[in-house]
This record gives sequence, C-alpha cells and structure tokens, in this order.
Amino acid sequence: MIAAGIDCGSKNTKIVLLKEADILSTALVLSGFDQEESAEQALNSALDKAGIKREEIKHITATGAGMEAISFADDTITIITADARGTHFLFPSARTIVDIGAEEGLVVKLDDQGKVKDFGINEKCAAGAGAFIEAMSRALEVDIETMGELSLKSTKQIPMNAQCTIFAESEVVSLIHQKTSKEDIIRAVHDAIADRNTSMVRQIGIEQEVALIGGVANNIGFVDSMKRNLGFDLLIPKEGIAPEYVSALGAALKAQDKIGG
Amino acid sequence: MSNAESNKEYWRWTESRYTNPDLSWKDSEIISAGVDVGSVSTQAVVMVDGEIYCYSSMRTGANSPDSANNAMDWALEGTGLTLDEIQYVVGTGYGRVNVPFAKRAITEIACHARGANFIYGPEIRTVLDMGGQDCKAIRCDQRGKVTAFLMNDKCAAGTGRGMEVFADLLQVHINDVGKMSLQVEEEPEPVSSTCVVFAKSEAVGLLRKGWPKEKVLAAYCSAMAHRVVTLLLRLGIEEKFVITGGIAKNIGVVKRLEDELKIKAPEPNIDPQLAGAIGAALFAKALVEKERKKA
Repeated sequence: MIAAGIDCGSKNTKIVLLKEADILSTALVLSGFDQEESAEQALNSALDKAGIKREEIKHITATGAGMEAISFADDTITIITADARGTHFLFPSARTIVDIGAEEGLVVKLDDQGKVKDFGINEKCAAGAGAFIEAMSRALEVDIETMGELSLKSTKQIPMNAQCTIFAESEVVSLIHQKTSKEDIIRAVHDAIADRNTSMVRQIGIEQEVALIGGVANNIGFVDSMKRNLGFDLLIPKEGIAPEYVSALGAALKAQDKIGG
Repeated sequence: MSNAESNKEYWRWTESRYTNPDLSWKDSEIISAGVDVGSVSTQAVVMVDGEIYCYSSMRTGANSPDSANNAMDWALEGTGLTLDEIQYVVGTGYGRVNVPFAKRAITEIACHARGANFIYGPEIRTVLDMGGQDCKAIRCDQRGKVTAFLMNDKCAAGTGRGMEVFADLLQVHINDVGKMSLQVEEEPEPVSSTCVVFAKSEAVGLLRKGWPKEKVLAAYCSAMAHRVVTLLLRLGIEEKFVITGGIAKNIGVVKRLEDELKIKAPEPNIDPQLAGAIGAALFAKALVEKERKKA
C-alpha cells in the first residue's frame, strides 16, 4: 500500500512516497505563494517519478509550517512528531535530532523507542536558520551551493560579533573591506550559526547519538563547524534520502501506520 | 553623489552640517567637542562655552577613526576653527575608543541622557534612544545623570537599521517612511514577525496580497513601536519622556509609540540624532573646567 508524506516548509515543499517501508520517490518544489499549489506540484512530480497514479495513494499526511493549507491531506502531524519518526526510522541509535531548515531550527530528544522526550524550537530569529547563511552568501556574492566547500578551505578562525542576521550582513561587508579572505568569512558564518544551534541543543541537554537533518545539513562547511563545536561525529542521512526529506519521510511513515492500523 | 544613484539608495538619510551664525569661537572661554561614532551614523558637535557652535552628521564608514576624522573635518569646515584649538574632545558611541583625537571615551548611555537634558531641559526623566543598531531606554535625574537603563543591541528589530531594510524593500526614501505610514485610513495589524529577516518576507507576502506600501509601512512602524514600548515598560517610564536618535525623526514610529504609551514626547528644536555628541561635548566642557580647577 502506498502512502505520502508532505512537508510544507517555509522555503521548500518536500514529498516522500512510501510503499510499505520502501521509498518509491521524493520531490521538492519551492513553497510559492500558494502552498497548496506547491504541494500539488510536488505530489504530481513524485507520482511521475514513481510511475504511479494518484488513486493508488491510500493516505496523505502533511506536516511543516504550511500544513494547514493542504486541503487534500488526510491528516496533519507536528514537525516534531514527523522528525522523530523519520529520524528514528533512519537512525534507531539517534537520541537527539537537530533539524535546521530555512526559517527555523529545532531540537528533539528521543528515547530508545523513538518517542519524543523533549524539544526546543527557534522560529523567532533568522540567526540560527538557513536564512542566515543565505543572507551571508548574498552579502559575499558567493553562490549558496559553494559556501560549504569554500568554508573548508579557510585557514584562519575569525570571530563574528553580530548575532542578528541584519547586523551580521554589515559585519560581513566590513570584513570584506578589511580584505579578510572570503573563505575565512564563510567559516566564521558557519561557526556562528553552529554556535547558536549548539547552545539550543545544550539547553535541552545533549544525548548521543545526534542526528542532523534539514536542508542546512547539506552544507559541509556548517556540518564541519557543528562537529567541531560538539566534539563528536553526527548522523546525517546520505544513502537513499537527503537530509531535507526526513520530516516528509516521517509524515509518510505516519501515513503508512494509518493504512496498516 | 548623483541623483540617479541616491534614488536607488532609499536608506540613505540626509547628511547635514551646521554653523551657528550668532556665535564666535574667537572670544570664548572653553571650546569643547563630542564625537558620537555610532554603528550607522557619526556626529561631531563643537561647543563654545556650552552652546552648540557647529556640527556634522554623516554615515559611519568602514572604520571608526576615519569616520570620526571625517565628521570632525566636516563640522569645522568653513569655520576657521582647527582641531588644535579645541581644548577637550570626548568620544562616545559604538566606536568611542577609536576616536583618534579624543582625550576620553564615555558611554553613549551617559552621553544620551546628558544630551537629552540639554536639548529638552532638566525635567526629562526617561530617554528612549533609538539608534542605528541598538535601542536604549534610559532613566535620568534633573542633571541628566543616568539612574537606570535597558538596552537591546543584539537584534535589528526596533532599530534604525531595521527601518532602513524596509525603506529599501518598499523603495520609499527613509525620510518619507514615517509620513507615508500615516497615510492609512485604518491602522492595520502590526507585522507579526519580530526578526527583521522574517518581517521582510511577511511584508513581501502583504504586498503580493495587494496591500499598498503605506499600509505595509504602517504595519511595520506599529510593530516597531510596540517592540520598543515593551522595553520601556520593563524599565518603567517617568515623565517627561523624550525620544532621541535617528528614529526620533520618524513620525510614523513616534506617533504610534505615543498612542500606545498615551504619553506625548515633546518635539525637539535641535536634531535629536545629535544627543549623544552633544552630551559628549558637555562632558568635555566639564572636564576642561575640572582640569582648570586642579591647576
């Protein structure tokens, strides 16, 4: 039986189609002005990729910031539940999840059954989210996709004083004026956002192992800063599914439960 | 700068300089100066015997020493007065320790209270300084001495920089934002995001919904006013209450702040962005007097 999970993020809408526990296809589209339309597009694209018809999907579960807008979803679950389910499925050993998306960062603590014990969320401030790195890549005139690579070429650790994204933009511009190398500035950017997220994790207590999910987990420079900050390695989805799909996967697994139950 | 260029830079507020034609530095007792190197703007004020003789107000450049030098040079332009003749200079603001010709640095909190006391008179008890990258609520006594303060310097929400971002986004000149925001028939709901980055996305959504610029600006100005009111209420307001810093010139924020507080802030007869530098120049004068007493 086929189920779908849709994660309506503030920037991208992601979908995962599952046949029992096998991933049939995934798709990602920009969350446009009309979230339902974006979800529809994502769904059609995933259906095409899997070569199946809409009627074959028995249950659709939505999650994420825009989940209420998806009228064709059968039900919705919180992003915390979705993250817990998706992560536990991929990494049964994970006890802490760090999910960093475009506009929010969240930490979820799990027990050994994958049940949520505690969580923390930042959705008020861009400084700990992907939007921070995007703003800095614009200020630096560096393609967002290459930020990670360039960061790893840095030879010097420099501090960022500003926390606020708006203030950090000005700081980056003055660092450029001071002829600081772009690589070193980019590393400082990643260190800054890693710092903010590490302190959020510390607030609810770190328990290993720690899984890193969400779109920002694709940035190898940020991952490097995060690992250095925490002092240990992280579980990051690689095989079969990218980190930004984990919440949609969790929703799809929940949808499977509904069909099975 | 050409007109075409300035038209694109909506955030660029008007820089200014002034010389008081009724004063002469030549037959004065004490010439003192204050330089306020803020994160966004720099002001230099020269006082003769405790009265404003000349000043300049300009954008802070890439480094503090240059900004301080430029502001002072511009203030002194055409006056015949040179830096050597100024007996004491106090630096204040974010870049206060980097004013090359200052003998002393004093915090901007002390200077703003002192400056507000000069601009508005000794009955001032609460000063709200809305600067480029921070916002301070200050309580002071009849001499302009600070008795308590609260400050936000971590976040652009509620600061001039946040307003500049909105001016750019809506392509409305920063000087016109306040007036334009009042051209709404009905006050809209304030922008709900605190973070300027998120508020910007929210504003884009409102524009797409067909809101006119005036309405979006009204929603942002009232969000900013509300945010600052929270800071003021935490500190506790005692009248008279005044606003200094660049945002004091934004009638859209000031009006909404007054409405929410149900307190009127008096209008200044001196540019309220100068308060920090004026305070610094007054401290400089006092320091000259102190030195003379010792001698």
